[in-house]
Amino acid sequence: MSFPVTKAASYVLVHAPDMIMHNGTTQTVERRINPDSEYLKKLPAHIRTYEEVINYGPNQCYIGNMNPAELAALPEPWYQNPVKGKRDGRFGEIMPQDEFIAMMKLADAFELVVLDSSFVSGVKAKMGNNPVFSVSDIDKIGSGEALGKISELIDKHGAQALFHNSALVGCVKKAHDVDVNLGAHVMFENLVAKASGALALKQLILKNGTDPLSIDYVIECSEEACGDMNQRGGGNFAKAVAEMAGIDNATGSDLRSFCAAPTHALISAAALVKSGVYENVAIVAGGSSAKLGMNGKDHVKKDLPILEDVIGGFAVLVSKNDGLSPILRTDLVGRHNVGTGSSPQAVITALIAKPLDKARLKVTDIDKYSVEMQNPDVTKPAGAGDVPNGNYKMIAAIGVKRGELERTGIDAFVKEHGMPGWAPTQGHIPSGVPYIGFALDDLCKGKLKRSMIVGKGSLFLGRMTNLFDGVSIILERNPGKEEEPAALDKSELNKLIAEAMKGLAAQLLGEQGLG
Amino acid sequence: MENQNRVKDLTEKYGAENILVILGAAEAEASGLAAETVSAGDPTYAGALAGVALGLPAYHVTEAAFKEAVDPAVYDEQVGMMEMVVDVDAIAEEMQGIRSQFSKY
Repeated sequence: MSFPVTKAASYVLVHAPDMIMHNGTTQTVERRINPDSEYLKKLPAHIRTYEEVINYGPNQCYIGNMNPAELAALPEPWYQNPVKGKRDGRFGEIMPQDEFIAMMKLADAFELVVLDSSFVSGVKAKMGNNPVFSVSDIDKIGSGEALGKISELIDKHGAQALFHNSALVGCVKKAHDVDVNLGAHVMFENLVAKASGALALKQLILKNGTDPLSIDYVIECSEEACGDMNQRGGGNFAKAVAEMAGIDNATGSDLRSFCAAPTHALISAAALVKSGVYENVAIVAGGSSAKLGMNGKDHVKKDLPILEDVIGGFAVLVSKNDGLSPILRTDLVGRHNVGTGSSPQAVITALIAKPLDKARLKVTDIDKYSVEMQNPDVTKPAGAGDVPNGNYKMIAAIGVKRGELERTGIDAFVKEHGMPGWAPTQGHIPSGVPYIGFALDDLCKGKLKRSMIVGKGSLFLGRMTNLFDGVSIILERNPGKEEEPAALDKSELNKLIAEAMKGLAAQLLGEQGLG
Repeated sequence: MENQNRVKDLTEKYGAENILVILGAAEAEASGLAAETVSAGDPTYAGALAGVALGLPAYHVTEAAFKEAVDPAVYDEQVGMMEMVVDVDAIAEEMQGIRSQFSKY
């Protein structure tokens, strides 16, 4: 059985300080219901600079300049212990806000993004230094408009403002007069998702020397919806993002399941490659401006910086077996079914224990579990605890119940098979997939043999069901050669034939009304 | 927020003396906050129970009183794993504190 492989992965961040105040829902809701609040007054003093964001350990880990073990060795809280970071990383980059606003302009196919002419001339000069921008990209930005015209679009025509360094530099116009699904707010968020997704795909291509024309299919797995009043979630972010990244030979589609979507997308991509439908499938997601500063009230109250100041993005290339890259064990998939139940124990059993049982493995046979890799710097002060740590303890506890681990061994298990959380709290961005980049090292050049990617999602947020969701898949070191199908021993073969005959007999009896 | 509505509606329908709230939060602080909400009222003043002191007793699933009342096999299947993960003693202490302070039943 030849399994598909994870060939490459990219991870990008966008520093978006002005979008925290103007586009993060915690702040926009506060401005609507409590415009004079102390929180809003204090917030600007808690915004980090671009340099602080670059020198933040978890961000350097996300783009691949620091590995999880190095981050674990850095004392927490990490915001108090800066590292010497770089903008460019092995897996991607940390893009500053002005260049990202230019990306939003490039993502705009309907002349909705209008930029101030002096902002445009400044940012164009910077774009030339970033290989993700081509000469024609820089041309496409145009020469901009007068600030007066932009103010008019915002004040009289419902456009959403774009700020940089606290100054107005542009706007996103509404795309329809009455349709709220094409309103400026929705268009803004969708262009953020498209632009950050495209940045991830462009970085995947750049950093790995991937031929964009070799990619056959793109699955987009963010948490946004694009469409109009007659088809609110019509899609298709995937094709729009692929177009921006020059992936001309692909089509694509969107896959949604809140935070679980990236792992669903990984399994779907693996299935498409394994079946031979496509050879190279990219999964991609951009991030969310709405989630910026989501836990800002707790951070400001505890005198922390606003740590949710970056938009995330990632892309993973799934290809047919090259004999080298880690294989995706499509036969070892865990899933939370409709009937599974919602207790943590039921969830962990379905996602972790079931695929292990199928492979006759113990919980300790998986070297690293990639779970919800949320950054604890963000979640602990907000009262949500250390999310990955909680997940690892649950996996260890299942191991104890299975008799594979002593109860006293839980902490050691967490240390050995777990990792610290380094991903921004952008829903789908931290879910399962952040480790794939490091897995390419650990399972190829390193000593590890096996890892499990686990994605979970809170479907109840959409109010269509009370259910929760989750899927998982095992990623393994490539054995290096085509695996031969295991030969059946004779007694096993006889047993199978006997069972098939029994089944046939029962069916025949049933048909005759005798069963 | 929606759960506050549910608790309020059920209490109005069946009477506070007939309602007991079972919690399953993973931490003592979050458990205490939920227990306080259904007994003394929502301390964050954000939901339907803001300023409404129902006085309901709340128990956490890992507390002995609840554990002893259910089938051990079912308990082990549903809660056994989390019992190893959460800080059972801290939760029990927090819950007893809230009950002795605010519970009327």
